[in-house]
Amino acid sequence: MAAKSILPDFRITPTIDQVGIEERVARFTTRSIKKESKMQGLKMILNMIDLTTLEGKDTEGKVKQMCYKAVHMHDVIPDLPTVAAVCVYPSMVKTAKESLIGSGVKVASVSTAFPSGQSTHEIKILDTKFALENGADEIDMVISRGEFLKGNYNFVFDEIAAIKDVCGKARLKVIFETGELSTLDNVRKASDIAMYAGADFIKTSTGKISPAATMPVTLVMLEAIRDYYYATNRMVGMKPAGGISTSKLAMQYLVMLRETLGGAWLSNEWFRFGASSLANDVLMQIAKQTTGVYQSSDYFSKD
Amino acid sequence: MSKKKEITKAKLDFKTDWAYASAPEDSGHISLKKQYDLFINGEFVKPNSKKYFATYNPATDQKIAEVAEADEKDVDKAVKAARKAFEKWSKLSGKERGKYIFRIARLMQERAREFAVIETMDGGKSIRESRDIDVPLAANHFFYNAGWADKLEYAFPNRNPKPLGVVGQIIPWNFPLLMAAWKIAPALAAGNTVVLKPAETTSLTALKLAELIRDSGLPNGVVNIVTGAGKTGAAIVNHPDINKIAFTGSTDVGKLIQRSISGTNKKLTLELGGKAANIIFADAAIDQAVEGVVNGIFFNQGHVCCAGSRLFVQESVADIVIRKLKDRMETLIVGDPMDKNTDIGAINSKEQLLKINEYIKIGKNEGAEIYQSSCAIPSKGNFCRPTLFLNASQSHRIVQEEIFGPVLTVQTFRTIEEVIEKANNIPYGLSAGVWTDKGSKIFNLTNKLRAGVVWANTYNKFDPASPFGGYKESGFGREGGLHGLMPYLNL
Repeated sequence: MAAKSILPDFRITPTIDQVGIEERVARFTTRSIKKESKMQGLKMILNMIDLTTLEGKDTEGKVKQMCYKAVHMHDVIPDLPTVAAVCVYPSMVKTAKESLIGSGVKVASVSTAFPSGQSTHEIKILDTKFALENGADEIDMVISRGEFLKGNYNFVFDEIAAIKDVCGKARLKVIFETGELSTLDNVRKASDIAMYAGADFIKTSTGKISPAATMPVTLVMLEAIRDYYYATNRMVGMKPAGGISTSKLAMQYLVMLRETLGGAWLSNEWFRFGASSLANDVLMQIAKQTTGVYQSSDYFSKD
Repeated sequence: MSKKKEITKAKLDFKTDWAYASAPEDSGHISLKKQYDLFINGEFVKPNSKKYFATYNPATDQKIAEVAEADEKDVDKAVKAARKAFEKWSKLSGKERGKYIFRIARLMQERAREFAVIETMDGGKSIRESRDIDVPLAANHFFYNAGWADKLEYAFPNRNPKPLGVVGQIIPWNFPLLMAAWKIAPALAAGNTVVLKPAETTSLTALKLAELIRDSGLPNGVVNIVTGAGKTGAAIVNHPDINKIAFTGSTDVGKLIQRSISGTNKKLTLELGGKAANIIFADAAIDQAVEGVVNGIFFNQGHVCCAGSRLFVQESVADIVIRKLKDRMETLIVGDPMDKNTDIGAINSKEQLLKINEYIKIGKNEGAEIYQSSCAIPSKGNFCRPTLFLNASQSHRIVQEEIFGPVLTVQTFRTIEEVIEKANNIPYGLSAGVWTDKGSKIFNLTNKLRAGVVWANTYNKFDPASPFGGYKESGFGREGGLHGLMPYLNL
């Protein structure tokens, strides 16, 4: 699906001015989202969440419970949307898929030796195939940060393209682990490489490294998506992941998305939040908007 | 080469189902009188003429209050009060003067919300700007200059700095409170006393400042605030017992002032118009440059003397820059200045709106290609859509003359020599902006651009510690920093 036009030279991607990015971000955070637009925004956020559990100690039971929650967010309040997807390790895909049959909630699987990506090409391919065979709708791969930082951009490009080939119809999210890329210029470069290599989504982080998603990093990626769209007419999705745990912050991301890419991106087809604790905070805010009072966190199920 | 990508027809759509609900700032807490008198010798006094004029909210055309019109006799009274106060004030130790100025700064911070709301009501600027920029920066100017009050001998060693006496200050309508702070703070720190006239369309925050100064316990007569239009200003300029005039405003009035005080002993600083070049090179961080261009021209509805109103884009990135600029303009929210989400508020007055619209007409007639954002604007009040003129020429009037509104002309260039020549080819020389990833290019240009302020990879950055002022017909003298104290001292 890479662009038909000639590939750009990834050694000279556009430069990013960090101070300018931070100022632009600060401006987004001053938007005041109130009343009906707040409610609408909260529901949109809920519907954009990839409910995630990525731990060594994950069990089938835990994944099943999370999947139930994904569909029944808070049954006390009617007409709530589901989340967009659940995100699990390949070994849990089968369990998740079975739990979510008929719900419309997608199953996303991390892959390619997540989170470090320190493995061989063959294993990464197998890892992805395994997840797909078990029913994954979406693949969240990690890039080889070592090769990227070495300047081996062709390696990174080819790896993404190879995984994309394996994915077939499944949508591919490419995780950069921006906390390891150290500069916004690198974030921009990684974004360009991934999109031209065929990524359907670009994603900030694994959630295993701090800092994970930040607004400046996300803005750089959104602007890369915009430039890519200008150049190729193909939309690419965005997924900030890790570190977004409050509705207020998520709303600021939504404002940033709206004012950078416009209305077409304002759905879970093109934007996701990779988060586990965000959902309950959004539910609490929705309950507050509905009833006028904040409720104890004990009223919201923790799965 | 990556910059010169092919551009497709792909179009971003910023009209979304998710609109921002109105988020008006609360104005219930402010107290405004129906009628304001002149602040002379520490108290509010009726004008000699008994005349008052109305001040309006430019966003709603509603009358807010009435303001006294000072005539020559009132101005004379104010100057006499200032002269009398000068005796004691100038002899006060710097430390004591500093205390008063610090107190004004703190009071302003305490009442920041009230000042911001009134500034927005009276002047039309968005509450976001008055809240985040005008008022905090005004307080900072008092803080900064308060710190110098007892250190003047160290600031100007071996120069025996002495105050000038009574200074007459005339300020414009674009940053009413901030300009008052720029003027009053250094004058007081240096030991002068002040007669200040705010612009007739935006007197209210200066009068609230008068209330604040009264509450601060500043000795009577040290600051006097007289309101009125051009005649009142002329009375200040022509008063024989004034030692210095500080004026910020239009170049035409600046020339008049200079003419009328020639042959007198009065010192003068002028901060006048501008028509700044904002220059984007192909190697710049384009998205951030576009953002800087937007801030450069649409900040405060373009009512900024240092606004980056002439955009120069290097040819190879012109298409992408213009495309991004248009997309960014689509996301600007024009409307009710009191709404916290408003980016561009109301044009300050009917007259100014007429002037801007006249220039837009001129631009069209001159053959420049107009682009305006598609945003809705309120049917009442003075509003203007953010406007671009593409393919503008150096000889167009819209390129040569100061419009003082949200109107940006766009020209392209190929070489550095070409852009320097065009940027400097203007009677003004207040400010300029340079956008490039290359440090050496920045220094090359800052040396060659004839402008008092050159911003690199940013725009419209103000700090009390940084001097500000112009070349050529943009005036002379500096405000802010140590340089800003010098015009208020005999050195």
